[in-house]
Amino acid sequence: MNKYTERIYNGVVKENPSLVLMLGMCPTLAVTTSAINGIGMGLSTLAVLIFSNLIISLMRKIIPDQVRLPAYIVIVASLVTVVDLLLQAYAPGLYASLGIYIPLIVVNCIILGRAEAYANKVGPGLALFDGLGMGLGFTIALTLIGMIRELLGSGKLFGFAVLPDSVSPIAIFVKAPGAFLVIALIIAVMNALHIKNNSADLVKGCDGCCNHCSKSGCQNENKEG
Amino acid sequence: MNTSLILIIITTALVNNVVLSQFLGICSFLGVSKQIKTSLSLGVAVIFVITLSSGVASLLYDFLLVPLHLEYLETIVFILVIAALVQIVEMFLKKTSPAIYNALGIYLPLITTNCAVLGVALTNVQDGYNFIQSVTAGFGTAIGYTISIVLLAGIRERIDEASVPLPFRGAPVVLLSAALMSIAFMGFAGLSL
Repeated sequence: MNKYTERIYNGVVKENPSLVLMLGMCPTLAVTTSAINGIGMGLSTLAVLIFSNLIISLMRKIIPDQVRLPAYIVIVASLVTVVDLLLQAYAPGLYASLGIYIPLIVVNCIILGRAEAYANKVGPGLALFDGLGMGLGFTIALTLIGMIRELLGSGKLFGFAVLPDSVSPIAIFVKAPGAFLVIALIIAVMNALHIKNNSADLVKGCDGCCNHCSKSGCQNENKEG
Repeated sequence: MNTSLILIIITTALVNNVVLSQFLGICSFLGVSKQIKTSLSLGVAVIFVITLSSGVASLLYDFLLVPLHLEYLETIVFILVIAALVQIVEMFLKKTSPAIYNALGIYLPLITTNCAVLGVALTNVQDGYNFIQSVTAGFGTAIGYTISIVLLAGIRERIDEASVPLPFRGAPVVLLSAALMSIAFMGFAGLSL
């Protein structure tokens, strides 16, 4: 495996942002009421992540260290505005159902987290593939959660009815509590698999270190908490 | 104070609870809810910052972005204003009241990336709120955030002493508690306002 495909494997499986690192939980919980919404949110984030990683990597020698966070925020916010306007113009249906969560991609921990932890240290090629891997991992996780919730909550899959009428859907899965429930169960299943394989580390996630979304942020948080 | 403002507070704090039905600020909701004391301090800091930032964001939108026809820049402007505001509040508290700074200071940087702050500012603009309504909605939202994070911290202090099945330790049991709280808060949707 060369180092570029390694980045994609890392993003999708080893450090999956939603299911392993537990970053970007807000959109993960909020927009996964259907598989289509999950894909839409995942791909929007993927687009922002690829370009933010690329631009930040290209500008890593120009941006002074002290003002790097504001600079990253401006780059990410500009990209998000572009995606927001594009969706508004070409996918109005999706834009309406994702609503406020499109502009909120700016504060998605995954994006600033990758900028801080990876993109500002490596060349543009690797940074781009890292963004691609992380974005794909996020998209796959969101689609998976969206499929589970849509199937259980409305008996459909990608908008097509798949359950017979005699089976009544469990509406709570497409409402707010269903989001917490499905993700709790997915993480519990992953933990159970880890335990079975005798792997010591349970899915702990970053435990809410949205601080600066970087490793150092986590450590500060843990010290104080 | 007229009734519509009270309605805004009840709606934002309970009916459309920012964490349990809007899913904003989940990171800190899950991360800083280990003890009631710390989650209460975070809640107070959030009330302070959200109320202030929704007021400033509303003024900027009405008197700068709309006259210049730059409404599409709202995301960039709001996030920068919030980041700057948090910095200024931190410096101001450090100089003027070290006691409050010691209690809340460590939570302030955490709030910049709390999506609830940006979320409230954007929702206010979407709903067409004026300055007073925006500040009220911001205050109500932050109260709702504080209520839910303190309640979750109370539950987690109890969970710590219970024996949880191994795969459910850590994040899953916290998310399950949040799911049950969310079901309870769905009851407020039945309020006829």
